[in-house]
Amino acid sequence: MPKLRMTGRGLWITLLIVPPMAFVALFIVYPILLAFAYAFFDWQGLRRGDFVWLENFHTVLFVEPYRSWTLNAFKNNVIVFFALMVLQNGLGFLLAYALWREMPGARFHRIAVFLPVVLSTIIVAYLFKLFYHPLFGVINISLRSIGMGWLAQPWLGQGNTALWGLIAAQAWHMVGFPTLVFLAGMQRIPGEILDAVRMETESEWVKITKIVWPLVAPSATIVFTLLFVGAFNWFELPYIMAGLDGSPFGSTDVLGLYFYRTAFGNVSAGQQDFGLGSALAVLIFIFIAIFATTLTIRLRRREIQL
Amino acid sequence: MSTASATASRKAMTYGDRPGMLASLGRDGLLQIILIANTIIMLAPIVIMVFSAFKTTPQIFQAPFSIPDFTQVGNFIKIWNETNFLRYLLNSFFVTGASMVLILTLGTMAAYAIGRYAFTGSSFILMFFLAGLTLPLKLAIIPLFMLMRDLGILNNQLSLIFVYTAMGLPTTVFIMTGFIRSLPNELEDAARMDGASEARIMWAIMLPLVRPAMVIAGIQNVVPIWNDFFFPLVFIQNDNLKTLPQGLTTFMGEYTTDWGVLFSGLTLSAAPIVIIYIVLSKQFIAGMTSGAVK
Repeated sequence: MPKLRMTGRGLWITLLIVPPMAFVALFIVYPILLAFAYAFFDWQGLRRGDFVWLENFHTVLFVEPYRSWTLNAFKNNVIVFFALMVLQNGLGFLLAYALWREMPGARFHRIAVFLPVVLSTIIVAYLFKLFYHPLFGVINISLRSIGMGWLAQPWLGQGNTALWGLIAAQAWHMVGFPTLVFLAGMQRIPGEILDAVRMETESEWVKITKIVWPLVAPSATIVFTLLFVGAFNWFELPYIMAGLDGSPFGSTDVLGLYFYRTAFGNVSAGQQDFGLGSALAVLIFIFIAIFATTLTIRLRRREIQL
Repeated sequence: MSTASATASRKAMTYGDRPGMLASLGRDGLLQIILIANTIIMLAPIVIMVFSAFKTTPQIFQAPFSIPDFTQVGNFIKIWNETNFLRYLLNSFFVTGASMVLILTLGTMAAYAIGRYAFTGSSFILMFFLAGLTLPLKLAIIPLFMLMRDLGILNNQLSLIFVYTAMGLPTTVFIMTGFIRSLPNELEDAARMDGASEARIMWAIMLPLVRPAMVIAGIQNVVPIWNDFFFPLVFIQNDNLKTLPQGLTTFMGEYTTDWGVLFSGLTLSAAPIVIIYIVLSKQFIAGMTSGAVK
């Protein structure tokens, strides 16, 4: 690139680069740094009080009842992550493999599988809340009409099914995303490799496990990491379907709800505490950062460069 | 790419693995059944939602799967007359539109500077934007709330527009820098020889070429912004300022027993984006997965 009047050019570049950087600095970088600072203070409502070192962290991790709340919410997030790993990413891989064969109707199936992804989580959450309704929900009505009424139950009203009800709704909502990311990965596999494999083996299983799966590793890295971050940030769907308390009895409580409830208060316990809330945010943040980085590095290592 | 793999698989079916013809038919049949079953599961909830929107509440309870009389639009009239729905819809259009204009303008400016000029610190600036890509901003909601309060824009749609703009910039800069870098230098150099100013080169020569990348970056941002619920939940209290997803929670709370109205409210909220998606499905899929597909 030619060297022009340095001052004019420098000014022009500054003019282009400063406004966008200011937005990111003010509304992303600054709040995140501040979130770390807030966690070390005692808060009375919106007013910042004394510097209390690690007391907020100590409270949420070791003092009852916060300790059990933190552990319970964390446990539920872990369940959600592993369940969605199978239901969303596992199924997504299978669907991608089926779409990849370009059989009749593939285009239509591709559009259908991605349709729920564009919907707002709020719409999905309310829709499934209505479907799960114990008396009038379409799921129980269907079960009764095919003579399996004994299976009908208050899906979201009991501890052992509520979380799974939410997980199923989430999987329905998002399965199209990993499907199309995997599909794009498969479509990049060179035809020569596939032809060579066809000479070697008849077994579909060998083809999937030894060729397709390793070659779509870059897609897997991204999809797994995004699911991990998403699962531990989960908020909207449980907020609408189970409420801020993660009812019934905390069986659907997740870190996102717990953090929001602690920071901004809720109807039953009106108390809002920015100090404890910030401590939780920092812990979740550090957890996600460490694990997402480790996960990405480990998954990257098995990627093959084509 | 897709045509290549299509030809490959067609070849496979005709002579590639003749001994395995039957096995191949069985396998493809199984995969086809999986696809059809999945498509039914994907579409059924949406079809039931739309059907129920045209039914009365007793009709929904008695026959949730039956095809309704589509001329029966009582539920929609009720929404039109009795709720703030139209207000929410207009608010969503305004907030999303303003955010998109800011994101695309600022994103193109930054990407153009990074991608077109060699200057000290340009790679650091790109890293700065990319760092914003991975940070879960929800966790910084307390400081953001305090920041908006200090700026005096709590309960003001500017708070949403600013946050969405900041959140959209990293992906936009990422997508557009790559694209702008790949554009050839010849046109630019010729214009420079003719004495055109840098601003004129950018506006008249380069920007028309960047449009495809703008579409991708635009779609990637427009869907999450249009659908967002979390930031309005914290920043906006005034009912007249609420966006559609947030307004939906007010609305669903008011009509808990009138299921016909609930379903038509959900249908109306879903309609704009679903219709655009069906028309532009290719661009939507490319745009929304563009961060994850290199």
